[in-house]
Amino acid sequence: MTLLSSTTVDLARIQFATTSIYHFLFVPLTLGLGPLVAIMQTLWHRTRDETWLRLTHFFGTLFLINFAIGVATGLVQEFQFGMNWSVYSKFVGNVFGAPLAIEGLAAFFLESTFLGLWIFGWDRLSPRLHLLCLWAAVAGSWLSAYFILVANSWMQDPVGYKIVNGQAHLTSVWALITNEWALYAFVHTILAGLTAAAAVVFAVCCWHFTRGRNLELFRPAAKLSLIVLVPVACANLWFGSHFGILVTRLQPMKISAAEAQWNNCQRCPFSLFQVGGLSSSQPTPSFSIEVPGLLSYLSTGSFDGKVTGLNELDTQYRHMYGPGNYEPPDWVIYWSMRGMAYLGSLVALISVLGALLLWRGRLERTRWFLWFAIVGSSFPFLASAFGWVLTEVGRQPWIVQGLLRTSSASSPAVSTTWVAISLAVFVTLYAILLVADVWLMRRYAGREPGAGPEGAPLEPAPGY
Amino acid sequence: MGLPQLWFILVAVLWSGYFLLEGFDFGVGMLLPFLPRDEQQRDQMLETIGPVWDGNEVWLVTAGGATFAAFPAWYATMFSGFYLALLLVLVFLILRVLSFEWRTKGADARWRRTWMWANAIGSFGAPLIWGVGLSALLYGVPIDSSGNFTGDLASLFSPYTVLGGVTVVLLFLAHGAAYLTIRTSGDLCDRAAGAARRLSPPAAVALVAFLAWTVVVAVDRNDRAALPPSVPAALGAVAVAAAVALIHRRRSGWAFTATAAATVLLVATIFTGLYPRVMVSSTAFHNSLTVANASSAHYTLAVMTVVAAVLVPVILVYQAWTYHVFRARVGGPRAPEPSPPEQAPAGARPATGA
Repeated sequence: MTLLSSTTVDLARIQFATTSIYHFLFVPLTLGLGPLVAIMQTLWHRTRDETWLRLTHFFGTLFLINFAIGVATGLVQEFQFGMNWSVYSKFVGNVFGAPLAIEGLAAFFLESTFLGLWIFGWDRLSPRLHLLCLWAAVAGSWLSAYFILVANSWMQDPVGYKIVNGQAHLTSVWALITNEWALYAFVHTILAGLTAAAAVVFAVCCWHFTRGRNLELFRPAAKLSLIVLVPVACANLWFGSHFGILVTRLQPMKISAAEAQWNNCQRCPFSLFQVGGLSSSQPTPSFSIEVPGLLSYLSTGSFDGKVTGLNELDTQYRHMYGPGNYEPPDWVIYWSMRGMAYLGSLVALISVLGALLLWRGRLERTRWFLWFAIVGSSFPFLASAFGWVLTEVGRQPWIVQGLLRTSSASSPAVSTTWVAISLAVFVTLYAILLVADVWLMRRYAGREPGAGPEGAPLEPAPGY
Repeated sequence: MGLPQLWFILVAVLWSGYFLLEGFDFGVGMLLPFLPRDEQQRDQMLETIGPVWDGNEVWLVTAGGATFAAFPAWYATMFSGFYLALLLVLVFLILRVLSFEWRTKGADARWRRTWMWANAIGSFGAPLIWGVGLSALLYGVPIDSSGNFTGDLASLFSPYTVLGGVTVVLLFLAHGAAYLTIRTSGDLCDRAAGAARRLSPPAAVALVAFLAWTVVVAVDRNDRAALPPSVPAALGAVAVAAAVALIHRRRSGWAFTATAAATVLLVATIFTGLYPRVMVSSTAFHNSLTVANASSAHYTLAVMTVVAAVLVPVILVYQAWTYHVFRARVGGPRAPEPSPPEQAPAGARPATGA
């Protein structure tokens, strides 16, 4: 194996982490806002109530602003595998390349073509066909989520392959696309997308409630967003914890690291918060709050379940794979797991409180809650970012679980300087984009519906 | 013909589709600062490509994905070797994507001008690099015996590859102007016809020179039999000459067909010159990556073949349908009346003339 500079690998990892997390700020919104806007347009189509048409335009614009960044940053992801990780690309191409190519053929063409038809087709297509175009674009975006998660899941749980001449060769495409991990990840991601989008729609409504304007428009939107948000946010908490049982079975190291569980245990307590205890040199926390038996329940589905500790897992891995350190960085995993779970729970709490207040007819007057919901719309995005850190950092030192190490997967042709340059370029460019995007989103989310920010005619204008 | 050969052809087809389709929207983008009389015409230019540019770009995404799946070693060496060039392409494409979506979202003239230039620069830079990069595959770059790129950014550039880049830019300018002549009307259409008249002769000269040089590179440097690459090269020369003549006679439909054919034949010449190699090594010719040594195993290719056989015809049908839906010419002699949303028919965009 070629010797690769560890600085280059580190920079390439930072670049992948930065660009993926950034990309995934926009993806959940696209996955979730697409169907929400499509539901609004469907309601207009069914009821002919102009309110839903105005809402379709209003939230459709927010959808498109974000879709643009999703597309632009997604291209970077596809190129990056070959640019920074050529050893990885050669090793996995037979298996991992297939879902990527199918994603292009089956999903991206569908999504982009029909979205173009939707944006520009208002007066050229029959209303029914025009509505179908949006649903087709939504189907495209969900398909693309599925195929990219099939690819990622193979890195977590390689299935349907054999190793030939140092390359992974696909032996069963059925095993690849029905990988249990992929199905779990897909449902979890779609629920996260719907949660993020519904939370944003709800927050926009709350913001308009604080100003006491356009109530007749945002009341039905708030109701719709809560009808979606309450079940999906709660279901994702349950589903996410259920996903943990699968992860424990396939990647026990990830879960034990996430729980800072150094020794084997039965009826293990779940650590809600702790100080210290996150490194092998100091495995006992100096302070912690625990819930008895909960860790066993979360990772095995039974309060009596046994959890294998990090120390024993590390020994097992050394037997299987030779000398080395097989523990992911513990404090990152411990806290990203909690960041995800706690923020996800807060979103569920906001949704339930919001539904209660709406039911009692007090939502619009409860100002502290309106502001809480506005701030809270950022939580699903942060939770997703934490979730990906848990998933990807928790797999280390592997880039493909059990098959290829991250430290030997980067591009031998690429110098540290090149990676440093591209990292600097992406960080700068993405920072500018984020500022511009937030500025645009605020401008459009806060504007008077039915008119552009400066009172100009509303979307769709030529060139979007 | 085995599956690796089939996938080599499919990758070539995806690149051809990408050049053919995104070629004209790159061309329109490059013409944005120079062609229109005013902001309204600029909007109309963008309206001709607005519904389709994103679908066009997916041809690139799919070409990348197909290369990854069918030729992992080619994908790995090309993408890691052309690192800084591809970084630039990404920056150009990102600027462009954002300009489409964001240009109309700000109200002041400066915001719109900034994003108009972002589009023009992105539309110029990306094809320039694609031209250089694709011709470098054929001309050769430093690749060692284990198939790794050992050069730097400068190894991509030679007089031949620079001519490749310039040719692609000029051809796309003419192709974009020809596209505008079939998609616009009135004054804007006249201006586009004028631009096509001025731009097509230099594009033709560059293309003929580049095609001839490509045959020479394929035969002399790469030890290729003379006939195969010279066939698409000769056809490409005929197509671009026809384009010049048709543009001068204002046979706009046929002129666009001719620039489209010339674009496809440019890609076809490069790929026929390349075969059976996919990336030539300038370090030692036998280090070159070939269709045989860079391809995936049979099973993966077979799966991908079934998927492509089912999906590609469907994609072609709905993409063609998009062009059919938006076939009406944009703009016209009469200024469109921007109607306030309350008066417009439910959900309708203000009509933009003919």
